[in-house]
Amino acid sequence: MKDILQALEAQREEARLGGGAKRIEAQHSKGKLTARERIELLLDEGSFEEYDMFVTHRCTDFGMEESKPRGDGVVTGWGTINGRMVYVFSQDFTVLGGSVSETHAAKICKIMDMALQNGAPVIGINDSGGARIQEGVSSLAAYGEIFERNIVASGVVPQISMIMGPCAGGAVYSPAMTDFIFMVQDSSYMFVTGPDVVKTVTNEIVTAEELGGASTHTKKSSVADAAFENDVEALSEIRRLFDFLPLSNRDKAPVRPFFDDPDRLEPSLDTLVPDNPNTPYDMKELILKVADEGDFYELQADFARNIITGFIRIEGQTVGVVANQPMVLAGVLDIDSSRKAARFVRFCDAFEIPILTFVDVPGFLPGTAQEYGGVIKHGAKLLFAYGEATVPKVTVITRKAYGGAYVVMSSKHLGGDVNYAWPTAEVAVMGAKGAVEILYRSELGDPEKIAARTKGYEDAFANPFVAAERGFIDEVIQPRSTRRRVARAFAMLRRKRIERPWKKHDNIPL
Amino acid sequence: MFKKILIANRGEIACRVIKTARRMGIATVAIHSDADRNALHVAMADEAVHIGPSPASESYIVIDKVMDAIRQTGAEAVHPGYGFLSENKLFAEALEKEGVAFIGPPAKAIEAMGDKITSKKIAAEAGVSTVPGYMGLIADADEAVKIAGEIGYPVMIKASAGGGGKGMRIAWNEREARDGFQSSKNEAKSSFGDDRIFIEKFVTQPRHIEIQVLADQHGTCLYLGERECSIQRRNQKVIEEAPSPFLDEATRKAMGEQACALAEAVGYTSAGTVEFIVDGDRNFYFLEMNTRLQVEHPVTELITGVDLVEQMIHVAAGEKLPMAQKDVTLTGWAMESRLYAEDPYRNFLPSIGRLTRYRPPQEIAAGPLATAGKWHEADAPDGETAVRNDTGVFEGGEISMYYDPMIAKLCTWGEDRATAIEAMRVALDGFEVEGIGHNLPFLSAVMDHPKFAAGDMTTAFIAEEYPDGFQGATLPQDELMRIAAAAAAMHRVAEIRRTRISGRLGNHERRVGRDWVVTLAEETVALTIDADREGADVTLPDGVVLRVESDWRPGQPLARLSVGGAPLVMKVGKIPAGFRLRTRGADLKVRIRAPRAAELAARMPQKEPPDTSKLLLCPMPGLIVKIDVAEGDAVEEGQALCTVEAMKMENILRAERKGTVATIKASPGDSLAVDDVIMEFE
Repeated sequence: MKDILQALEAQREEARLGGGAKRIEAQHSKGKLTARERIELLLDEGSFEEYDMFVTHRCTDFGMEESKPRGDGVVTGWGTINGRMVYVFSQDFTVLGGSVSETHAAKICKIMDMALQNGAPVIGINDSGGARIQEGVSSLAAYGEIFERNIVASGVVPQISMIMGPCAGGAVYSPAMTDFIFMVQDSSYMFVTGPDVVKTVTNEIVTAEELGGASTHTKKSSVADAAFENDVEALSEIRRLFDFLPLSNRDKAPVRPFFDDPDRLEPSLDTLVPDNPNTPYDMKELILKVADEGDFYELQADFARNIITGFIRIEGQTVGVVANQPMVLAGVLDIDSSRKAARFVRFCDAFEIPILTFVDVPGFLPGTAQEYGGVIKHGAKLLFAYGEATVPKVTVITRKAYGGAYVVMSSKHLGGDVNYAWPTAEVAVMGAKGAVEILYRSELGDPEKIAARTKGYEDAFANPFVAAERGFIDEVIQPRSTRRRVARAFAMLRRKRIERPWKKHDNIPL
Repeated sequence: MFKKILIANRGEIACRVIKTARRMGIATVAIHSDADRNALHVAMADEAVHIGPSPASESYIVIDKVMDAIRQTGAEAVHPGYGFLSENKLFAEALEKEGVAFIGPPAKAIEAMGDKITSKKIAAEAGVSTVPGYMGLIADADEAVKIAGEIGYPVMIKASAGGGGKGMRIAWNEREARDGFQSSKNEAKSSFGDDRIFIEKFVTQPRHIEIQVLADQHGTCLYLGERECSIQRRNQKVIEEAPSPFLDEATRKAMGEQACALAEAVGYTSAGTVEFIVDGDRNFYFLEMNTRLQVEHPVTELITGVDLVEQMIHVAAGEKLPMAQKDVTLTGWAMESRLYAEDPYRNFLPSIGRLTRYRPPQEIAAGPLATAGKWHEADAPDGETAVRNDTGVFEGGEISMYYDPMIAKLCTWGEDRATAIEAMRVALDGFEVEGIGHNLPFLSAVMDHPKFAAGDMTTAFIAEEYPDGFQGATLPQDELMRIAAAAAAMHRVAEIRRTRISGRLGNHERRVGRDWVVTLAEETVALTIDADREGADVTLPDGVVLRVESDWRPGQPLARLSVGGAPLVMKVGKIPAGFRLRTRGADLKVRIRAPRAAELAARMPQKEPPDTSKLLLCPMPGLIVKIDVAEGDAVEEGQALCTVEAMKMENILRAERKGTVATIKASPGDSLAVDDVIMEFE
C-alpha cells in the first residue's frame, strides 16, 4: 500500500516539473514565472485543486509517441481568490511550448464547463506557441472547442485572459472573446500573423513587440485592457480586479466591508469645474472623491483617454464608472471612446453591476476621419448599450451635455434611473456660439449683436434648469454632496427590476 | 480705534491680518484680482473689492486702484502686508493725502531705508555695525591692496555693476587682492561694460539673523528678539526660527539696541526688521532694514506672546505700546517652515494647478501667544507644543502662476529647540498636499539633518548640503524597520478586509498568514505578525519586537501609528502589493508579500527606469502651443524649447543644460499628460 502511495507522489512530482529543470530555467531567464508558479500567486495559498494532471496527448505522428509529458502543457483546476471560487487554466510553455493539442484543449474545456455549471469565473493564463502542428487539424478543432465555450460562457461567468507570453495566430481569438485581456510588458505579445508573415505579405518590417506588444495593445489597438510591469504584479492586480467582479450573472456584484462614510462631503468639488467653460479639468478627481476610499480600477486607461472606464465601490459594492474626460479632446465622443465605453457598459449590464456616469461632453467629434470610419454606427453602440442596460443607472452631469451626445450618455431618455446635474451643467442642443451662428445667421456681420445673442442664449439655456423643468434632470445637486447623492440613489435602486420583451438576442450595431 | 481696515494684499498674509482684525472687532476689506476671485482671503473678509486683471502689476500694485477700493468701502486704514505696496513710499504718501492711516512706518522712513547705499550710510551714522568696506572708486591694484589691508582679510572684491558672481573675487591675502582686483576689473569690463570696483569685508560662515523692532509714535522703540533665517535657497528663505541657536545674550542685546538706534534715527514707527549678517565669531553687520511686517514674523509672536499685527494697528491708530523693553521676554522656541508650491524633485520648479487635497495639521495653541490670549484661531485646542499654520489656500483652490509660490507657513513652538523641531517633524508628516508639487519632503529632510539639529548652519547650508538638488531623504535603518513593521501591520489589516468579501465559498475561506516579507528602499525584511485586539507585535529578523498600534483603516490617506512606542505619521497611497508611504522627507514604495510571493517577486527582472536626462518631459498635463526649436538645433542652458499651455497659462519649458535636439516627439496642438516625452536630446 505504502508503495502505491509513494508511486502516486512520484508521478505527481514528475508532472509538477513540467518540461523539466532546464526549461524552467529558460522560462525564468526570460523574466517569466512557470505555469504553476503563476497559479500559486493568483490563488489563495493552498487553495488550488488540480485536475487532469496525468492527461497525455494521443498523437503518434512525427515521433510524438516518444514524448508524452504529463499534463500536456496546461495546468487546470480551481481555487479561490479571497475565498471566492474561480476556475483557472495556465499554459505551460516548458511543455512542448505550451502548444494546444486535442487533449490540452479538452482540459481547458473541462474546467470551462465546470465554471458554467457551477457559476464561477474563468481565468486563463496564456503562454503558448500556438497550435500543436504535429496534431494537424485536430489541434484546430481543439481551438474551435475552446472558442465555442468562450461564446457560451460570455455573459454567464466573467472570463479573464492573462497574456503572459506568446499568443499568436488562431490562439488570439479565445482571449479576444473573453471579457478582459491583460498583458505583461516586454514579455507578452499577441497577433494574428507574426512579423515574418507580415514582412512576406506586406513588406512591412516590424518587431514582435511593435506588432503586438503590451504597449501596442493598450495604446493603439485597445485589444488589451491593461498591461503590468511583470508577472508578479500582473497576478496581484488581477486578484484586485477579481474582487470587483461577480461570480456569475446569477450573483449580485460583490460587497465587502468599507471604511468610508457614504455621507462624506467633498467641499473641494464645488470648485472642480473652472469658471471658464473652455478650461479643462480632471474628471478622475471626481471619480476618486466619490469612490469608497478613493479606490478606482481603471480599464483601458491608455486608449481613447477622452472617456474613462473602470470600477469603483460605493458602500462596499462594485459600481462601473463611465466618465467623459475634459482633459483629453474636451471629453468629446468619437469612434474609439464610443466603442470603449459601449463594451464596458455591456459588461456591467451582463453582470448586474450598477453603472455611474459622469457627463461633460461637448458632442461628437466632427470630421471626415470620423465619418469615413463609421462614427454613426460606433456611436450607436454606446447609445444602444446604455439603452439596453437594465442595471441601476445613475448619471451626474457636471458641465456640458450637448446634443446627441447628451442623449447617449445615460440620459433619462435611455432609462437613466436617477439623473443629477451640478449647477454648472449646461444641457442644451449645442454650445451658445454654435447655436447663435445658426439661429441668427443674418446678424453674423454685427459682432455686438452676436455677442448679445450669445449672452442671451447662455443665460437662457447654458444651465441645468431647462432640462430640470421638464424632469429630464431629477435634481440639481451641490457638487460637494455628489458621493452622498450617488450612494443614496444606488441604495434606492438595489431592488430594481425591469422586464423586457422576449427576443433571441438584440442586434447591436457591431 | 479703526472701524474698518483694508488689506492691500492677498494670500496667507491677508488672511492672517484679517484674523487679528476680527479679534479686535475691526471690519475688513479684501481686494482681489481676477485670478483671486475665489481666494481664501476674499471669502474671509467682510467685504471684497475686485481691482483688476490677474497680474499684480495690473491689480495689487496699482496705487490708484487700491485708493479707489478704499474710497469705495470707506476703510480708515490700510494694512499692506509684505511685498506689493508695503514698502512703496508713493503709496504711503497717497494714503496720507487721503487721510487714511497706513499700518506701517512713515513714508520718510520707507524712503530712507529703501536705498541700499543711503540706508547703510544712515546705519553707520547711527552707530550700527556695517560691513567694513570702501564704496568709492578704486584706481589701481596698489590702492586695492591698501584698502584691503585696512578692512582686514578676507575681503570681497566686487564689480559695482556685478551680478551672478561675475566680476567677484574673494581675497585672503595681498597677492590675491592684487590679482583679484585686476581679474575682477577685466571681467566687469567685458561682462557689464563698467569696470568700477569696490571692496568690502568678506564675511565667513555667514548667518542671516534679523531683529524685530516695534516702535510707536510716542518715542517708544522696542526690540523683540531675533530670528535666524540662515536656511535659504538662492536668497529665498525656507526655514526660520526664533530665537537663534547662535546668539548669546550680549550679542542679542547689542544687536537689539543698534536696531532700535537705527529705527529711532529714521523716525520709525510700526513693526520693522533690521537684517544682519553674523560671522562665525559673532561679529554682526547691518544688511538692510525691511520697513514692513516680515513673512517670518510668526516665530517672534510665538516666543514673545505679542501679536505684531495687533500692535501695528494700535500704533497706526496713534496708541502707545502697552509694554516696555523690560517686559519683552523670549520664552521657548519657535520654528517656521515655508510651504512652497515648488517641486523639489524637479529642481524646485514652481508648480501650479489645483490643490486636489490640502489638509494642514490640526492647530494647537500653546506658549506665550496662547497664554496672552492672542492665538489667531479661536477654535484651536490647547496643548503642550504649538502648531500654527498661516495659509492662504484651501482644498480645491487653484495655485496660479501670477503670485508668490509660498502657500503656507507652518510654525511650531516648544519649550526648547529640540521640542519645536520634533513638533515640526510630526506636523510636516501630517500635512497633506496633493495636486501640485511642493517642498514638504525637503522641509522634513532639513528638520532631520544632523547639522540643522545641532544649530550648525550658515546661509550656504542648502547649497552645501544639497549640492545636487534633492532626491528625497534617506532614512536611517531603524526608521526603515519601523516603517516596514507599520506597513506589514497595515497590509495585514487590508488583506483581512479582502477576505470578508461577499460570495465566499463557505468553510473554505482564505486565512491571512503571519509571515510577511517587506521590501523598501532596496531592503528586504522578513517579518512575523502576532496581532491582537489593540494592535500587533511585529518581530523583525533580528528578534526585535516592535509593537504597532493604530486606528488606521484601509483607504485612509494619512496613517497615525505608534511603532515601538514612538509616533509614526505617514501619508499612504496604494500601489500594487503594497503602499506608497511618505514620511520624514522620504517617498517609499513598500511592497508587502507572503514569503512565497516575495521569493518569486525577487526573480522578476529589474527594469531600469528610462534615462530621462536626455528627454524633455511634459511637467504638467497640457497642450503644446509652440515648439521653439527644430531637430538638430544646438541649445544653450536656459533656452526656451517649447510652450505648454495648462490651466489657461502658458509655461515656457527651457533647456536644463547645453545640448542638441535629436528628435521632437510632439507638435503644436498635441495634448500631453505629465511625463509625456516632448523631445529627445543627443
